[in-house]
Formats: sequence, structure tokens, C-alpha cells
Amino acid sequence: MDGIHDLGGREGFGPVDVNEADVPFHHEWEGRMWSISKSTRQPDWHIDWWRWIRELIDPIDYLTRPYYDSWAQTQIAAFVASGVFTLDEIVAGKSATPPIAKAEILNRQQVVAQDRSNAGSYSRDIDQLPAFKPGDAVHTHSLAIRTHTRLPAYVRDKPGVIHAHHGAHIFADDSALGGKQAQHIYSVVFEARDLWIEAADKKDRVFLDLWESYLEPA
Amino acid sequence: MSRYDAKELSDIHQHLHSHLPSEPALRVKALESLLVEKGLINSSSVDAWVEAYSEEIGPKRGAQVVARAWLDEAFKQRLLQDAPAAIDELGFLGNATAHLKVVENSGEVHNLVVCTLCSCYPFSILGVAPNWYKTAAYRSRAVRDPRGVLAEFGETIDDAVELRVWDSTAELRYLVLPERPEGSEGLSETELAALVTRNSMIGTHRQLKSAQEQG
Repeated sequence: MDGIHDLGGREGFGPVDVNEADVPFHHEWEGRMWSISKSTRQPDWHIDWWRWIRELIDPIDYLTRPYYDSWAQTQIAAFVASGVFTLDEIVAGKSATPPIAKAEILNRQQVVAQDRSNAGSYSRDIDQLPAFKPGDAVHTHSLAIRTHTRLPAYVRDKPGVIHAHHGAHIFADDSALGGKQAQHIYSVVFEARDLWIEAADKKDRVFLDLWESYLEPA
Repeated sequence: MSRYDAKELSDIHQHLHSHLPSEPALRVKALESLLVEKGLINSSSVDAWVEAYSEEIGPKRGAQVVARAWLDEAFKQRLLQDAPAAIDELGFLGNATAHLKVVENSGEVHNLVVCTLCSCYPFSILGVAPNWYKTAAYRSRAVRDPRGVLAEFGETIDDAVELRVWDSTAELRYLVLPERPEGSEGLSETELAALVTRNSMIGTHRQLKSAQEQG
């Protein structure tokens, strides 16, 4: 979707704060939100659906509220949308039902083990053969998609070259909507000069991981 | 309702925007206490997650991988060919690294990693992403003005060096293998790992220093 999250190449954003304190969490609530997010994802949620919910946050909130606040809002919206709790319950901060589950009590060692087992693979075997191979010239599609997609606007309708093929992965656009499709996925390399007017004499390059349906033969 | 309807999801956001407290700490507190009441989470497990990502799962893991690659050519080749299997040798495979790729810097090439669409990051090997990595400033500019961004980090990249920016748009994740600093001959894996900065593994730091220079 053409939302505010699609930031690549946008103008007007200032210098990067390079002097940030080197700590994982800057406020206690950030660590708690990180941990809640890592440990309460429901079995029927898909990461692409979760990302899409985050993209649907009001654009002013998206740009101005703290990063982990957007995780909180996304996580809450996901719980509400999947019927785990209601808007009234979260606004009251109080459950209107008895417990629906019994949470495990984990220590640090068990958390580290669980993190390790979270290395879920997105690879899938599909019958279809890959349409492209490394070195093939391709052109990205030009269509704006209204729901979740992972083709950023700055590489829409652009020439690129297949750099690598990674087999087939779950297709983000479809899984955000509850689907189970998989497609071949490729690292595609774009010359900076094909993307940016000021890069005419540069040899810099940008690599993106793109699903097959984003691409057409050049 | 359908959980896949953009209008309905936006309506939930509008409601939350209007009815939740504005202060993020209060929002997170309300969420945690509701999840505890529902039996979906236990607060001491939340503490354990914070502890794990503050003390154990962090850039020290990535630094050890880099140091080992500098010392052991066979490991480096395995890392470049199949990074998930190589980091699993050290027990570091995990959250967001099942499709890890390692990209190597050299005198001719510099690599820089970004996620323009959200904030994808190889958590199990670098820990929690720094705040700057998640800002609009970094995400918007890393693909268009990478040399300008690097200059803000104090790195001037020679025009002759090819800059490769990796925008993590799918489930692949990227780790930069920085060049081994001059003057680091004879150091052990642990000593070498201490020279590796988190930013060098994202690509916003190019010239690592040997211990002598650091001191």
C-alpha cells in the first residue's frame, strides 16, 4: 500500500542521530513491549498481517510517536481484530472474562532456547519452476497495490538484474491477507543511476529481495 | 468483522488513538496487565525476555561470528555460502536469522543494510536494533544518499569504492562482514571480537581499529 511507511528515497528527513546511547532499551516500557511482542504472537497471526496493521496506523502517529509505541498499537489492534480481547477491555485495562489460557513461566535460559526455536523458515517447495535466473534483466511492475506489499514505491517500474535466486518463500502480499501462496524470490540489483537523478555518474547499487510476481522480463 | 479488511483495521486504530492514554508507558502497562489477566503472559517471563535481549542476545554474538570468520577461512566460506548453518555452529541461529545472508566488505566494496518498509533486523545475532536504524531519517536516506548518511557516522567512502545498499524487503536478513583492521595480527578470537562494533555489522562503520589504536 502507498502508506507513510514506504520511506525509501523520501525527502525532508533530517540527519541521523548518531550519538544515541548504546543500550538495547532506552525506557523500561520499551523492553516490556519488545518482550510482549516476542512472546504473545498468536498462532493464527502472520508477520505480514502484523506489518500491514502497523502500516495502517494514522500517518501522523506513525511518524511522530515512539517506535515501540507503534508496536504496542499494532499488537493491541491485532488482538482486537482476532477477537482475543475487545476494545472496551483494553481501554479499561481490565479483562471481562476469566483467563483463557495458562501462561508458561519462563526463565532467561528458556527464553534463549525459545528464541532459538523461533528461527522459522519461510521457504516452501512449489511445483512451478523459477521464471528467472541470475543475470537476467527484469523490470518491476508499475501497479500500486492497496493492501500490504513489499515492492517499495522507489523501485516500481524500474529496470533491474537478478542477482540471486533463493527458492520459493511465502508470498508476503498474500499472507498478509490470510493466504498461503508461495513464490520464487530473488535478490534484484538496481543501479543507483536508474533510480535517482543525481546518481547519473555513480556506480552505487541497491539490492532488494523481490517476489516473482513483482517482476517482468525486461 | 474481517481481520483482513483495511477499513476495519483502520477503525480499530482510530478508536485506540482516541481512547488509549497518550503516554506509551501507560499503554504498554494496560496491555501487559490485560494479557496477564487473560493468562496469555506472565510478568516474570517478560522480565526474562528483557534480560535475555539485554545481556545475552546482542551484537556480541555477531562480533564473535566476524572474529571467527577472520581467523578461520573454512568457517568464513561456510558463512558466506550458508550463514544460518554457520551461525548455528555457535548456537546463534534464532529469531529472524533463518534466511541470513552475510555480505563481505573489501577495499573495493562497502555494504550497508537498511529496511525502508519497516525495521527488519537479524535479531538473534545483533539483538535489538538501535533506534536510529528504525527512524524515518535513516530509512528514507540510506537508499538515496548512503554516502551522506555514512558521513554523519564519520565515514568518508572513497568514490572508487562501490557502495551496495541492501534493503531488507522480504525475510532475508543481512549481516555485513567488515574488513579485519590492520595491526590485529596474532589476536585471539575473543580479542578480535572486542574490536567489532555493532555498526560495522550494519555497515554504518567501515574502518575498524585495532586495540592499540583504540587504546
